[in-house]
Amino acid sequence: MSDLTKTNDKHWTPRIVALFCNWCTYTAADLAGVSRMKYAPNIRVIRVMCSGRVDPQFVLDALAKGADGVLIGGCHPGDCHYSEGNYKCLRRYHLLKRMLADLGVEPERLRLEWISAAEGEKVQRVVNEMVEQINKLGPLSLHKKFEEWDKEIAVLEHAVQERDTATKPEI
Amino acid sequence: MKPIVPKRHEPIRIGFYICHCGTNIAATVDVGAVAKYVALLPNVVVSRDYKYMCSDPGQELIQQDIRDNRLNRIVVAACSPLLHEHTFRKAAEAAGLNPFFVQMVNIREHNSWVHTDRTEATRKAMALARAAIQRVPHHKPLEVKKVPINPNVLIVGGGIAGIHAALTLANAGKMVYLVEREPTIGGHMAKFDKTFPTLDCAMCVLSPKMAAVGAHPNITLWTYSEVIKVEGYVGNFQVTVRRKARYINEDLCTGCQECVAACVYKEPKFPDEFNLGLGKRKPIFMPFPQAVPPIVMIDPEVCLNFKRGKNPDGTYTVSDKCKKNCVAACGDRKAIDFKQTDEIKTITVGSIIMATGFKIFDAHRTPYLGYGIYPNVYNALEVERLINASGPTGGELVLRNGQHPKKVAIVHCVGSRDENTNRWCSRVCCLYSLKLALLIKDHTDAEVYNFYIDMRTPGKMMEEFYNRVAEEGVHLIRGKVADVYPDPTDGASGRLIVQAEDTLTNKILKIPVDMVVLSVGLEPQADAEELRRMFNLSCSAEGWFLERHIKLAPVSTFTDGIFLAGCCQGPKDIPDTVAQAGAAAAEAMALIDKGHIEQEPNTAFVLDDCSGCKSCIPLCPYTAISFDETKKKAVINEALCKGCGTCVAACPSGSIVQNMFEDDEIFSEIEGVLAETPI
Repeated sequence: MSDLTKTNDKHWTPRIVALFCNWCTYTAADLAGVSRMKYAPNIRVIRVMCSGRVDPQFVLDALAKGADGVLIGGCHPGDCHYSEGNYKCLRRYHLLKRMLADLGVEPERLRLEWISAAEGEKVQRVVNEMVEQINKLGPLSLHKKFEEWDKEIAVLEHAVQERDTATKPEI
Repeated sequence: MKPIVPKRHEPIRIGFYICHCGTNIAATVDVGAVAKYVALLPNVVVSRDYKYMCSDPGQELIQQDIRDNRLNRIVVAACSPLLHEHTFRKAAEAAGLNPFFVQMVNIREHNSWVHTDRTEATRKAMALARAAIQRVPHHKPLEVKKVPINPNVLIVGGGIAGIHAALTLANAGKMVYLVEREPTIGGHMAKFDKTFPTLDCAMCVLSPKMAAVGAHPNITLWTYSEVIKVEGYVGNFQVTVRRKARYINEDLCTGCQECVAACVYKEPKFPDEFNLGLGKRKPIFMPFPQAVPPIVMIDPEVCLNFKRGKNPDGTYTVSDKCKKNCVAACGDRKAIDFKQTDEIKTITVGSIIMATGFKIFDAHRTPYLGYGIYPNVYNALEVERLINASGPTGGELVLRNGQHPKKVAIVHCVGSRDENTNRWCSRVCCLYSLKLALLIKDHTDAEVYNFYIDMRTPGKMMEEFYNRVAEEGVHLIRGKVADVYPDPTDGASGRLIVQAEDTLTNKILKIPVDMVVLSVGLEPQADAEELRRMFNLSCSAEGWFLERHIKLAPVSTFTDGIFLAGCCQGPKDIPDTVAQAGAAAAEAMALIDKGHIEQEPNTAFVLDDCSGCKSCIPLCPYTAISFDETKKKAVINEALCKGCGTCVAACPSGSIVQNMFEDDEIFSEIEGVLAETPI
C-alpha cells in the first residue's frame, strides 16, 4: 500500500469521500448528472443503502487513509426510506464531530447534509461549498502524520532496546 | 447454463469494462487511459473499453470473457447502477456467474456529466474504478429473495386517471379499492364543459366510465374517504382509510333525492362546491346529477339538526331541533343517520396507484388581474361551469349582474411561466383558453380577445384546433396582460379595461371588456407534501410527485409498488392522463401477475461472536432483531429485514454483517478511492 501514502503537496487539491444513501442523496447526485450541473471533481461517492449504515469508522478510516474531508448525505428528516436511519446517523454524527475535535481534526472536515432525490442543485451547492471549506482548511494528511509518529515511536523503541541490551547482565 | 460455483481459494479473476456511452463519457473521461491503468491493478485479467457496454454486443463481450478467461468478478464503469446494474447482472448470470459478483462504477451521472476538466474527470474515473476493483474480491454469491405479492390494488383519487386505472385493472380481474376524498368520483373532468380538440362533451364521455366504476364487482369504491396511514412494502401494504361521515347509509340510499326536495330549506341557500360557489345547494344534497355513487349527503356545518360548529375531535353534535322532513321523505328506506360517525378501515394491498390530481392556481396571488376584486373577473374553471348545460346558469353565459358579456378577454398563463408565482408551463391552458374562446363565441356571439405569451399547442390535432379557432375570428394578441382596471368613463357598468402590450405590433392596447377570464395554471394539490410523506414518495422542486425516470419509468416511483397516474405527476391533458393511467395499471398488473417480488439480498445477519449486548435490538425500525435467550445472542429475521444497515453500523463488536455492503467491501472502496492515480 505504499502508493497510498504518496502525496504530492505541491499540487494538493482536496480529496473528499462522500457516503450517500441509495434513495435520496445518491439519486440526487444522479439527477445533478442528468441535469448536467457542473461541480468540483474532488468528490468520490460511495453508495450505502441508508445513512444509518454509515459506521463512524468509515469516516475515521477515510480520514486516516488520506481524505481531507468526508460528506455524508441522507434523506430529509421524516423522509428516510427506512423510517429513521437518518436520525441514527445524525446522533452518531454529533458524537463523531466532538471526537474529531478531541483528536485534533477540525470538525468542519465532516459534513452531514439532507438531500432529497429532487435536489440535484443541492448536491452541486454542497459539494462546491465543501471543497471551498476544505481548501481553506488545507490538507489533513493524517497518513503522513501517522508516518512521522511511527518514526518517532521507532526511534523511542530503538533507544529502549539499546538501553535494555546495555543494562542486560552478562551471563 | 450451469452456474459457475466458485471454488474455495480460487484466485480472483476480474474483468473490467469501461463504457464510452457514445461520447457521453468518452468526451470527458479518457476511457483508454482508465482501461490501461486498471489493467495493471491486482487480480485484473481483462480490461477493455467499448462504445456501448449496455448494448447486446457489449454484454456479449462480457459473457465471452467470462467463458474464455474464467472471470469470476465483473466491474463495469458506465452509468448509474440505478439505471443499468440490472442489465449487467443479468448478462453475468446468463454466462453462469452469480449476478452479485458484478459491481458498477458510476462515471457518467457522477463524473462525465458534472465535470468539465478532462484530466480531473479521468483521475476521478480511475479512483472510482480502483475502488470497485478492490471491492469485488470481497463479494459473495447471493440469492435473490422471493416474496409473494398481495394481488389487490389501491387507487388514490377518483378523477379520470383513477377511474381509468381502476377500470383497466378491474376488467383484468384484479380487485381494486378506489378511494376518493370528495363525495363523488369524476374529479376535475366532471366539471369541464367540452374538451379540446374535438369539443366532445366531457360528461358524455366520462359519465359512462363513472357508472361502470360504481357497478363493477371488482371495484370497492370509497368516496368521501381519505387515506390516513400507509405501512408495509411492495406486495404487502397495510393502508388505513377514514370513511368520513356523510350521515347517509350508502347501502340504503337510492338517490331518489326526495329528501332534498323535502328539506326545511325551501330554496337552496349554501354555496355549491361542485359549481365553485357559483350556484347554491341545500344542507342535504347530491353533488351533481350524475354523481357516483348516486347518493346524497348532509353538510353538518349548515344542517339545522346539528349544533353549530365542529367539536374539538372533528365530530358534530346532533341538536335534534329540526323537523326532519328529510327523514319523513326517506320513509321506510331509513337511509338518513344523524348519528353516523367516521369509520376507520384497514386494507391490505400489494400495489398502489397515486392519481391525486392537481389544484388550479389561486388567481388572488396575481392581484393586478383583478380576481376577487372586480366581480366580472372569473377563473377558467368557473367559466367551464357557467357555460355547462348542467351548471348553475343552465349553460347560459351570464355575468354576476345578470347581463350577457359582449366583449370577453381571456388571459393566458395566469400564475404560470412567471418567476413570482410558478415557473412551469401548465401545458393545457393555451388549448383550454382557445376552447373557451370558441365556446364563448358560440354561446354569446361576443368578441373574444386571447392574450398569450407564446401559443403552445403541441400534440395530435392540437395545431389544427388552433388554426380553426383563429379562423373563427377570435382575436389572438401576443402580449402579457399588465393590468385590469375598471373603465374610468363608465364606473357603474362593471366594464373593465385590459391593458397589454401587443409585442407583434409594439403597441400598448387598452381594450374595454365586460368579462375577464383568467386561464389559471395547474399546481400540485395543497396536501401533496403530506401525501408524499405518507406514501414515502419524492416530489420535484415544484411539488409534483417524482417519477423514477422521466423517460424510461414515467409512471413508477422510487418506492417499489407505487405508481403514478395523471396530474399528480405533472400537468397534462386528458388523453395523456388516460394513457398514463393505463400504463400505471399495466405496471401494477405486471407486478401482480409475476406473483412474487424479487428483493435485493442486502439483508443483515448476526455472526457467532455476538456478545449479546442488545444495542442493535431497539434500532431496528422493522423489529426484525430478537434475542435468543438460550444462546444469548441477537438473531435477525431475514424476512423482516429490509437491509438499511443501521444495526450493522451500531454493533460494537462488528458481529452484524450486511450482505452487499459488508464492512470489508466499504473499507476497500474507501481505500480504493483514496489511492494515488498515475495522473
